[in-house]
Amino acid sequence: MQAPAMQTNVDLDSPLLEVRGLSKSFGALKALQEVDFTLRAGEIHALLGENGAGKSTLIKVVTGVFARDAGVVRLAGGEIAPRSAKAALDAGIATVYQEVNLLPNLSVAQNLYLGRQPTCFGVVREAEMRRRAKALLNGFGLDIDVGAPLSSYSVAIQHVTAIARAVDLSARVLILDEPTASLDRHEVEILFKAMRQLAAAGIGIVFVSHFLDQVYEICDRITVLRNGRLIGERETASLPRLELIRMMLGRELAETTETRAPAHSGAMGEVCASFKGFGKQGYVAPFDLELRHGEVVGLAGLLGSGRTETARLIFGAERADSGEAEVDGQAVRLNSPRDAARLGFGYCPEERKTEGIVADLTVRENIVLALQARRGLHRPLSRREQDEIAMRFIRLLDIRPPDPERPIGLLSGGNQQKALLARWLATEPRLLLLDEPTRGIDVGAHAEIIRLVRDLCDQGLALLVISSELDEIVTYSNRVVVLRDRAHVEELKGEAVEVSSILAAIAADGATAAQGAVP
Amino acid sequence: MKRLSPIAITALVLVAGFALCALQFPNIASTRVVANLLTDNAFLGIVATGMTFVIISGGIDLSVGSVIGFTTVFVALAIERWGIPPYLAFAMVLGLCALFGAAMGSIIHIFDLPPFIVTLAGMFLARGVSFLLSTESIPISAPIYSTVSDFAIRLPGGGRLTAIAIAMLVVLVAGAWLLHLTRFGANVYALGGSRATTALMGIPVGSMTVRIYMLSSVLAGLAGIVFSFYTAAGYSLSAVGVELDTIAAVVIGGTLLTGGQGSVIGTFLGVLIQGMIQTYINFDGTLSSWWTKIATGVLLFAFIGLQQGLIALSRRSAAKTARAHA
Repeated sequence: MQAPAMQTNVDLDSPLLEVRGLSKSFGALKALQEVDFTLRAGEIHALLGENGAGKSTLIKVVTGVFARDAGVVRLAGGEIAPRSAKAALDAGIATVYQEVNLLPNLSVAQNLYLGRQPTCFGVVREAEMRRRAKALLNGFGLDIDVGAPLSSYSVAIQHVTAIARAVDLSARVLILDEPTASLDRHEVEILFKAMRQLAAAGIGIVFVSHFLDQVYEICDRITVLRNGRLIGERETASLPRLELIRMMLGRELAETTETRAPAHSGAMGEVCASFKGFGKQGYVAPFDLELRHGEVVGLAGLLGSGRTETARLIFGAERADSGEAEVDGQAVRLNSPRDAARLGFGYCPEERKTEGIVADLTVRENIVLALQARRGLHRPLSRREQDEIAMRFIRLLDIRPPDPERPIGLLSGGNQQKALLARWLATEPRLLLLDEPTRGIDVGAHAEIIRLVRDLCDQGLALLVISSELDEIVTYSNRVVVLRDRAHVEELKGEAVEVSSILAAIAADGATAAQGAVP
Repeated sequence: MKRLSPIAITALVLVAGFALCALQFPNIASTRVVANLLTDNAFLGIVATGMTFVIISGGIDLSVGSVIGFTTVFVALAIERWGIPPYLAFAMVLGLCALFGAAMGSIIHIFDLPPFIVTLAGMFLARGVSFLLSTESIPISAPIYSTVSDFAIRLPGGGRLTAIAIAMLVVLVAGAWLLHLTRFGANVYALGGSRATTALMGIPVGSMTVRIYMLSSVLAGLAGIVFSFYTAAGYSLSAVGVELDTIAAVVIGGTLLTGGQGSVIGTFLGVLIQGMIQTYINFDGTLSSWWTKIATGVLLFAFIGLQQGLIALSRRSAAKTARAHA
């Protein structure tokens, strides 16, 4: 390897990349507020936080994808302000994303040297290029045919190729954004080996991952962000796992003063839907779950622990390959969202913008969408019926502005969320799955959504709610299922539903779990 | 091997087809017929070379037929009516074509528009301008035209390799060199793999796009000049629909319509196959020449089906190797 050799005697304690007081807003949303981050040469530094914590924003500002509002970024003492990913790369900051940003149709060698192939009178010297490519990859412990198309190799090898390209372009800072999400254990080893080598050669590595076991395995230091703010920077060795999770989820044990709604402790309704050994290989481990009318079940766990995956299985968006589902005592098929909708299930996905709302359609059209889909194209809802339904829910859920003909994309996040809820409520569902219903909406709307969840439950609906906000989940849940590493690990009910017990369940040592192994 | 297999199949189709034709009409297997085939399809081969670059880069250029038509009219008018020396007229028209291609490439890149729409507009524009210049067929009688059409290399067996056939072969070789052996060529493949990724890897995507469409338009202009030699006239209705023949030749030659894979040699074979079908129909004498279109259509279907099959196959084998490496 060439690049690492040039930095042999680096002062391992000097800051390589320094971020000071970085702020970035998108409209009213403050994605980053006065965040500091320090990366030293030769260290592997984990950047952790739940969805919306600001990790991606921080990376994108540092790599020039977004412009910052305030703050300073220094690389090896000199201030930098890259305006594009290319400018950041030229400055020495390379990023490797979860999706490999290379060209599958070109050979490995072409991918490594695209744009800087060795040439002789304008002709690419193919043999020389392959020899160099082979030598470069040998440095990472890979001995492969570099003339073969990139697509013929596994994702891990593609990742290492991307890293090799970045490092060969004399990167000093390497940012790895969820590189292990689609790798199995063996592939993770290949990647970690390469990372350790680079760190030993003085390159600073930022590692973003939601696999905590991997973080503890490879990282020297951890920085935690939450809601766009810096929570702290610690040495991995001196940071217990429980403490880390507390930093990420943001509740001190002593602070858990939230009390649960008394109405929920009482009698529960009939079983609405039950699942036995329901699961899908490599997606979510088989689980047992019972959902009752008039009951809220919360799904808690870290990002990537299998919460959304559980909801998607129940809604048929992914097909389960084991177990049985019963609704009202009858065995049912759940092979597609259509099946689920016919059974009276509703699902508000987490990615409101991409999976939920149809931004160009009006509020009315968005609200009647699911109902119309269930009735089929042959029995259209009359315009009068549509208006009636839209107005009823706009009043009921207090959607603002109360104008059914406004394109939904122009509404605030909270009101979009309410319109989505209205879409499913209009179908009069018996089971509603809500994935992060309060994500990205302001505090006032937040409280209203929570109130709505409770009201719906009191009306006899069965609810399954996913949330990263533990105190929120504790507020409305009768039971909480805790997930870790794509498996349901614990079910808390009654008095046990407390932030502290959820945290303990999440943090329980994952030694038995198949960490990161999603083949 | 994997990358060559679509070409191998194209070559096989060509050889088998030629053998069948020769069985029925032994006269087909002569240098005379083959040389004529090259001459008749010289303009197609030139324009298809440019189209190969465009399609591999993930685009399409529908304007080439109209650009050929425009070129013939412009050259004829310049030489016969405006009294411009032929070489200067050629240089002028190639310059205009380069500007035209650069404009389409810029619009595609800057406004992030689909090449289909932009070059469709270019197609109407070029055809419209050539009608504006003249609606009648203008014969060209400049001395250079008779000199060039008299020039030919005699082949054993009575064949004559004409100047325009030689021009096509030169363009093909130069195109193959540019596509397969230079950085520019590697970037063309990269663009076809993924535009966004190519940009992230530091390749100037904008200037590449502009240059690729420039190349295509200039080669279309060259094809137009060759076409004017072939017909010794300029006519605004010439080469109508040639863009589709060109795309067909490129696809039959094994280039993926979605971009990222293909070769100039394959395109040459694709041109030859189309020429061969036409030759067969000429020999038969009873068939309508529209059978060329029908045969081309059937071949296109077959090749697109074949490509999809190969893609599925290579994906499966890729997954297998991936597992083997894991």
